Amino acid sequence: MAGSVNFSNIDSIQMRLLEEVAGLHQVPAGAYNIRTNGQMAARAVSANIEIVSKDDGMGIDIHIKPGTKNESVHIPVVLSQSGLTEMVYNDFYIGDHADVVIIAGCGIHNGGDQDSKHDGVHRFFVGKNSKVKYVEKHYGSGDGKGKRIMNPGTEVTMEEGSYMEMEMVQIKGVDSTRRSTRADLAAGAKLIIRERLLTHGTQFAESSFVVNLNGQDSSANVISRSVAKEDSIQIFNAEINGNAKCAGHSECDAIIMDNAKISAVPKITANNTEAALIHEAAIGKIAGEQIIKLMTLGLTEEEAEAQIVNGFLK
Amino acid sequence: MLTLENLSFGVQEDRKEKEIIHDLTLSIDDHKFVVITGPNGGGKSTLARLIAGIEHPAQGRIIFDGIDITDKNITERANLGISYAFQQPVRFKGVQVLDLIRLAAKKKLAAADACTYLSEVGLCAKDYINREVNASLSGGELKRIEIATVLARGTKLSVFDEPEAGIDLWSFQNLISVFERMRDKTDGSILIISHQERILNIADEIVVIADGRITAQGPKEEILPGLLGTASAVDACSKFYKGGQ
Repeated sequence: MAGSVNFSNIDSIQMRLLEEVAGLHQVPAGAYNIRTNGQMAARAVSANIEIVSKDDGMGIDIHIKPGTKNESVHIPVVLSQSGLTEMVYNDFYIGDHADVVIIAGCGIHNGGDQDSKHDGVHRFFVGKNSKVKYVEKHYGSGDGKGKRIMNPGTEVTMEEGSYMEMEMVQIKGVDSTRRSTRADLAAGAKLIIRERLLTHGTQFAESSFVVNLNGQDSSANVISRSVAKEDSIQIFNAEINGNAKCAGHSECDAIIMDNAKISAVPKITANNTEAALIHEAAIGKIAGEQIIKLMTLGLTEEEAEAQIVNGFLK
Repeated sequence: MLTLENLSFGVQEDRKEKEIIHDLTLSIDDHKFVVITGPNGGGKSTLARLIAGIEHPAQGRIIFDGIDITDKNITERANLGISYAFQQPVRFKGVQVLDLIRLAAKKKLAAADACTYLSEVGLCAKDYINREVNASLSGGELKRIEIATVLARGTKLSVFDEPEAGIDLWSFQNLISVFERMRDKTDGSILIISHQERILNIADEIVVIADGRITAQGPKEEILPGLLGTASAVDACSKFYKGGQ
């Protein structure tokens, strides 16, 4: 399975989706597993990173050896067949003292009338003092009546002194999404989550976070920026539980436009007197002064609005 | 260059129409550095907003470079060559200083070129170019970035609404030299709303507005002596000293 793999079995629509969700133009460096229409299309492993299919074929296990540094794993999923529904479990076992980048992402092109749906559960076991950067992009395209649905679940178990940075982006074309992220942090572990979300039309997106700060001096920062346009609906739930001497911060900042609806439900619970927890949530429309300022620079009202939204979600 | 003809503008207050600008006529010639002063609430800022197109007059015409721009919107006026610096600059989450200067210059400036505009207003460019134009910037920093966006546009007419408001004394000293350089370098006309004696002192022409009307107008040499010691020509340090007493 290792070694060179050509992409002859990946068509042009799938290639475009891969580019959107994983920035892939060609065979990526390092380990990868590419799944198209419910099947494994390409895979490569490295001396330090092993990828094995689960026995039931419903996902993969990724094993990263202790001490692996500066390596990356790409595991994009694309669906271009209308009406396809799949449920995938991917487990990442990251050894101690590693430093790796994991790029996931899901792209659905639905040109037909049946709903296409990808549900994925990613579980991360981050070893002691390891550093992981995780990037996940979701993208939908196609003009069929069938919906593009993605429900990602992420579970993170962080051991002592580990560090994880998660970047989750969903900017275009996903009709319905329910995202749930849960993290348990041991002593000295640090988690940073950055989420960016844009919904339009009649899209629905719900994002829920539960972060348990269990170990002494663990910390978490959950930052969500979102824009809801037209008739879309967004729900943001952020729960941080401080169970030890720890620091937790969550921030939800949203721009609301047209007839959209947004609700933000931050919740912080301290079960220890040494827990320092903060939540911030703000929802508002684009300030008129911001539009006027950009118009005085020669932009039209529409250009000004687009510029403000792009900057906000950058 | 710019002619305001019989401009009137009012607002609704307690269900009554309150007139802010009364039948005001004013001409700003090419290559002139004009400072408008006068008591607070006299209509100076409103006049600047009428020129930029943020407000529209109830009566009268605005002619810019021979074109009647009375019915043109903010964008159209900006593209014809009018720049406007806000008294309270706007903050943008996520928009970087470099983005704003590029938007102002209307081209994808190299970072080094954008830096020259920041250096011009006394900001160490490399510290600022990638900063977001958000609440992390102080009032003085924002104000200078605001002025840098106007410099980057390099238009025929630049209007500044109280550039000294909200900045500290130290920054104010530098601000004066920014305007002095602009005055020497620019091809266009500069219109500044200000109470500051040191800004009035570098004007070619001073216009005094009170109660929505022009009460005095002429070369600096004629007008400034009569204003000294009044609220229309404040010494930069007077508030500072008063605060120390």
